[in-house]
Parts: sequence; structure tokens; C-alpha cells
Amino acid sequence: MKKGVMRPGHVQLRVLDMAKALEHYVDLLGLIEVDRDGQGRVYLKAWTETDKFSVVLREADEPGMDFMGFKVIDDACLTRLAGELLEFGCQVEELPAGELKDCGRRVQFSSPSGHRFELFAQKQVTGKWGLAEVNPEAWPRGLKGMRAVRFDHCLLYGDELDETLRLFTEVLGFTLAEQVLDGGTRIAQFLSLCMKAHDVAFILHPEKGRFHHASFFLETWEDVLRAADLISMTDTSIDIGPTRHGLTHGKTIYFFDPSGNRNEVFCGGDYHYPDHPVVTWTADQLGKAIFYHDRQLNERFLTVLT
Amino acid sequence: MGRQHQVTEARSGQRFSCDEALPVLTAMEQHGLLCVPVGCRGGGCGLCKVRVLAGDYECGRMSCKHVPADAREQGYVLACRLFARSDLCIERYSKPCSESTVDPQQRQKVSL
Ligand code: FES
Ligand SMILES: [Fe+2]
Repeated sequence: MKKGVMRPGHVQLRVLDMAKALEHYVDLLGLIEVDRDGQGRVYLKAWTETDKFSVVLREADEPGMDFMGFKVIDDACLTRLAGELLEFGCQVEELPAGELKDCGRRVQFSSPSGHRFELFAQKQVTGKWGLAEVNPEAWPRGLKGMRAVRFDHCLLYGDELDETLRLFTEVLGFTLAEQVLDGGTRIAQFLSLCMKAHDVAFILHPEKGRFHHASFFLETWEDVLRAADLISMTDTSIDIGPTRHGLTHGKTIYFFDPSGNRNEVFCGGDYHYPDHPVVTWTADQLGKAIFYHDRQLNERFLTVLT
Repeated sequence: MGRQHQVTEARSGQRFSCDEALPVLTAMEQHGLLCVPVGCRGGGCGLCKVRVLAGDYECGRMSCKHVPADAREQGYVLACRLFARSDLCIERYSKPCSESTVDPQQRQKVSL
């Protein structure tokens, strides 16, 4: 938060077939459809989120991530950070208010890892879904599927991790919470804006700009097991889990949307304060760092990307 | 159950029957075989890419990154999006899972 970047705000994902994608993200994950736009994009949110949307789906002939957006504290901060991004050497593009429905102007930039990110300061506040603003109940009735609580983070694959870390820490005010070191080379970096173990994470990969997963928070291990039941009931393509990560110690399950984009739902895990030393795993323990129980990577973890 | 077709994977010589309503990759998995690598099962990651050497087939939507139009004309498809309409002979395209590596230093050498 030290540079005014508050939290992940949204992710725009490409899907091959919108109808199938909505069955997945709405009926299975439990996100709520809130709007559509002239380009055919569909806007979704998780029920605890106060802003209007957090996931945007766009139909395309190649799946993957268009961009991930972070919300900053105010418009002055957005202007200041746009300048600092330029100074850092990023390709910066400003998108006008309304390009994403009910979202203010956005500052888009590419990271050295080859991913597109953006910052925004304003988005329509619609409040938590199904709850009164005053004297809110514990949870709303009528949630579907896994009842995802919030869009939490993305894991991205690309190169130039050192420069990407410098951008995220020096310009955007993230802290390095967890890492995997292979001798002197950092092959994984988990970056945080607040008390979470990660808001965005990167793993070293020879090809730039690849997408590994978008992750959604659930409250309990019981919820993760219930998510696993739903994955079986709907014959959804599973990757691995339920299990635990060594990195962040989150309890997790990985699965795929109908276009091959990986999703995660997870609960628990470490917390992080900016003064905490970086949690380090070594590359020789990479299997345990990723999948704490199996203690080895499944083949898909390093190779299945969109 | 729909009509059954025989699918042969040329490199391994493995053969399995495939219901025409099921993607070829799913039928292979149901037979406990691994002659084509399994990734996302959604036409997105490209891991299950094969070339159809003989036979009639239909395809669902798949990522144009892994199967551009010209490759498709040459018979390249993603097995998780491939539906048999006759007996098929297919050939695995990417390296099998066992040849990819979990050693990060080796990762550069793994190509999809
Ligand atoms: S398994 Fe990913 S494209 Fe077929
Ligand atoms: Fe994750």
C-alpha cells in the first residue's frame, strides 16, 4: 500500500465459448453476472466484493489473460503512478472512463515479464451482493456452486523476474512475501500489497506473458472439499487437489475452465506484514513448495498455460 | 452411448475405442492410456496436440495459438477437442509428459 496501490481489482480473461464459460464461472464458481457491454464482454463479481465487478470475460479464439487491474487510492495517485511507470520505461496507455463499464480511467502498462496490467482509481460501488448496507446478515441466500468469496490473485509465467520485481516493489509498492531460489536465481516471486501472502505471483518461464491461474478465496477447508465435490459432479477438468501449497501454505484445488484457463479456489495460508522477512524455499524442494503433500510437481504445473 | 470408432496412436501403436460423442482425449483417459499428454482438456494449452493421419473427424473450438488455420488444414488438432467420425489414426505431436522435466534448470529445454 505504500505507493497507493490498494488491492487487486479485476482480471479480464479470454474464453473460447461464452455460454460454456458462464456455466463455469457462474454456476460452478458461484460468481454473479452483473452486466454485459457492446463488445460482448460479460462482467462478474464475487459476493463479498463491494465494487461492481472483478472478472471480465471476453470471447476470443485464444484463451488466456488480457490484463489484471489493481485499484489505487485516488485519482491523484493514478496520475503520479502513470508518470512513474513511464519513467521506469514501461509502455503506458491510458484508457478512458467507461471503456470498462462503470469503471473510471485506467492506466495500462506491460511488465518486463510480458504481462499487461492496469491501475484504476474509481469503479461503481454496488456493495456486497444480496446484503443490506446497514445491519448486514452473515451471507446472502441464493449463491451458486462454490460460492466464491472474492477474486484473490493471479499466478503468471514469464521471464525477467528481477526487473518485474523492481517494477512492482519500487514503482507500485508491493513487498516480496515469498520466493523460490535456485542458487542465486529467483525462479518464483510472490508479491503482496497488504496482509495477504500474495496479490500477484510470477514463476520463471522462457516465454513471456503466459497465464497460469486466477484464484478465488473460500473461507474454510470444508468449502474447498465441497468445491472438489462440485468439480466431480460437473465432470469439470481437474488439475490437482485438494491439497496444500508449501509456498503461502494455502489449502487449494486447481481445475480448468472450459477454455483451458486454470482456476484455483483456496482457503487459509500465511499472512504477511511488510516488515516480515521473505519466506524462502529452495529449488531442490520445489515439488514440496508447490504441492506440500505430494512433494512433487505434477507435470502440468510447469507446462499447462494459456 | 453413441457409435464407437477405433483410434490408433501411431507413435506408441496404442489403440482404443472411442464413443463419437466423446473427445478422443477423454476416451483415451477412460482406457487408462497416456499416449497423448493430458493438459487442460479445454482446447487452451496445446499439450494434447496431434496430427490426424487418416479418418474423418469434427472439432470443437480450440486455441488458434496452438492450431492456426494452416496447421488445421494439415490435420493438426487438439485431441481434447477432437471427435471421431470414423476410425482414426492420430500421431502425438508434443513430447510426452515423461520427457518434460521438473528441474527448473532444465526447463528452458522443454518446448511445447
Ligand atoms: S489438453 Fe489442453 S489443449 Fe487439449
Ligand atoms: Fe494461487
